[in-house]
Amino acid sequence: MTDDEILAMFSRTLRDLLGDDSIVLGMDTRRSDVPNWDSFTFVTFIAAIEMELGIRFRVAAVESFATVGDIVAESRTLLGK
Amino acid sequence: MTTMHWLPNPVDFRQSLKSALEADETGERLEKLAAVAQLRLGLVETIQVDNALKAVAREADAGIAAGFPLVRLAVLASSTIDHLLPAIRVGALRRRLLVETYAGSFGQYRQELMNPASELYAFKPEMILFSLVSHETIAGVPLTASAEDARAAVAATIDDLRVLWRMSRENLGATVIQQTFLDVTETLFGSYDRMVPGAPARVVADLNAQLAAAAAQEGALLLDVTRSSARDGIDAWFDVARWLQGKIEIAPRAAPIYGDLVARLIAARRGQSKKCLVLDLDDTLWGGVIGDVGLEGIVLGEGSAAGEAHLALQRYARALKSRGIILAVCSKNEAAIAEAAFREHPEMLLKRADISAFMVNWTDKAQNLSAIAEQLNIGLDSLVFVDDNPAERARVRASLPMVAVPELPDDPAHYVRSIADAGYFEAVSFTAEDRQRVEQYAANAERQSLRSSLESMDDFLRGLDMSLVFGPVTAVELARATQLINKTNQFNTTTRRYTAEELSTLIDDPENITLQFRLIDRFGDNGIVSVLILCRDQQDPGLFELVSWVMSCRVFGRQLEYEAMNIAVESARARGARTLHADFIATARNAVIKELFSKLGFVRRPGPAPEGTTRWAVDLADYAVQPTYIRRGAQT
Repeated sequence: MTDDEILAMFSRTLRDLLGDDSIVLGMDTRRSDVPNWDSFTFVTFIAAIEMELGIRFRVAAVESFATVGDIVAESRTLLGK
Repeated sequence: MTTMHWLPNPVDFRQSLKSALEADETGERLEKLAAVAQLRLGLVETIQVDNALKAVAREADAGIAAGFPLVRLAVLASSTIDHLLPAIRVGALRRRLLVETYAGSFGQYRQELMNPASELYAFKPEMILFSLVSHETIAGVPLTASAEDARAAVAATIDDLRVLWRMSRENLGATVIQQTFLDVTETLFGSYDRMVPGAPARVVADLNAQLAAAAAQEGALLLDVTRSSARDGIDAWFDVARWLQGKIEIAPRAAPIYGDLVARLIAARRGQSKKCLVLDLDDTLWGGVIGDVGLEGIVLGEGSAAGEAHLALQRYARALKSRGIILAVCSKNEAAIAEAAFREHPEMLLKRADISAFMVNWTDKAQNLSAIAEQLNIGLDSLVFVDDNPAERARVRASLPMVAVPELPDDPAHYVRSIADAGYFEAVSFTAEDRQRVEQYAANAERQSLRSSLESMDDFLRGLDMSLVFGPVTAVELARATQLINKTNQFNTTTRRYTAEELSTLIDDPENITLQFRLIDRFGDNGIVSVLILCRDQQDPGLFELVSWVMSCRVFGRQLEYEAMNIAVESARARGARTLHADFIATARNAVIKELFSKLGFVRRPGPAPEGTTRWAVDLADYAVQPTYIRRGAQT
């Protein structure tokens, strides 16, 4: 999967979870940039993309995510392993 | 795995959801959303359906008006349960219920229950679900605790819960659902954990045992997530990362099945569990197509793994029957052959008497399911229909969406698991009435069976779209006519046998009338299935004697005897006949037609007759043409 494909999947998942079709995630997007993306939805989002990609993020990695780009990069690392 | 494998996979989930939201009025949108909820949904899809539901069902009144009752459910928890609420609402929608949820503040359930001014009281819940973790109790029991101390700590937790349940019931009038404690503990001693009263795994096991006993006493309903998580694997239900990240005990991936389990209880409490298991026969209750392979050829019973798989389904069905579930059969088959399997196959565990409604014919299954519901006097939404054929399943789902139709795996070995996991027969009690119910239904069905069998017989015959091709027996049909006459034992009025030469002489004599009948129905041409021979009396030219009449047992019950006699009478009249005579010569095999001539309007003829022979006559001026569902086709 390319970064763009992963990013597109993230956008689609978050749109579905929040019921908001206007969401478009970029590499620099932060959680605070997206309305209603609270800490609970964040955990659900992480669970959903883990299931979709078949990966498990380390707990410490999830805590360190600042931007969507960080999640994409970590996903690619885990997918490449 | 936590997939709801008994639900069919969505074909185009997004499109189905979109089309539901585009429907014009609330009722239609709810119907379509409920249909989407019947599909196999994952976590994200469940949340999507819930988002759509929020957009549709803003006004509860509109939902109720559309036939979707509203239930107010409060969830009081000591872990994060926000992700479970959409799944509960969607699980309820799957059962045509709208659930309004209230989530208590995290860990504040005791305070809320004690404070009549709390939001919980303002919400006026009809049901309260307690979803609690076992950490506090475990923390209160040191590893070194004696059996007595451990028991006391467990009892204290249970007593505390009893108080909460009573407050729920007495102060709020709510039904209590208590979730069992999930065993998320890690082993300390290994298998020896179970023998150490203070070991965490042992404490959880003891808590759950005490919980079940207390719930039974207090009338609380039990939500057994422990059993489900043991079945699916604890890793499917509990993810320590989610616990660390958000104090989530039930993992998000298990949310859809959790919601379904809660909804089962809500529906069961409302009396909406399924009541009747309707089973297909070929390749479901036994292996193989009995019409093709015969009674001896079906795969069933001990001795082969495949045969035992079908037997396991019968055993499960019988166990369900013993807890009050009604059993029915719906199959496209010859009724007589299917009946014979129940009565004669030595490996059949289910007996004909176990089946309260038996719909075996060639009519559409949706129509037969409606007839079963009517005969048993229960709703179509009380039926579960089990059929190995995906096309039949799809057709029934499309025409009767209220009937539950589980997906079945390819291998019959897993059929029981599919039916069991679906939770169709969720119960909240087991009463003496349940134990008696099956007998009551069987008696009712018997009373109604004559009427309904007449009704369904008409539908069946009409549905067969039969036509009859007939004509005199000629040299072309001679071989088949000879074979039929000499081979037929059941429908054979005189059991006279003829060689081909004798028959040839009979058909060549212009004083005789011979007829052969070929029956065609929507399943194909049955070939020549009946032959009759009328001979003119040598003294009285107005009198014809029916010397032989045979019919293949394949077409019994199709009204062919009536139509054949109508035609015979017409032919005889055309030849100047005024009277027909017929003998019925009883044999060990032809009792099935001993009433034949009286049914056809013949009367007993006085005078001497050999032992076992009855003599009959009909005056053709009096003969009443018998109406049938058989059309006349070409004459040969």
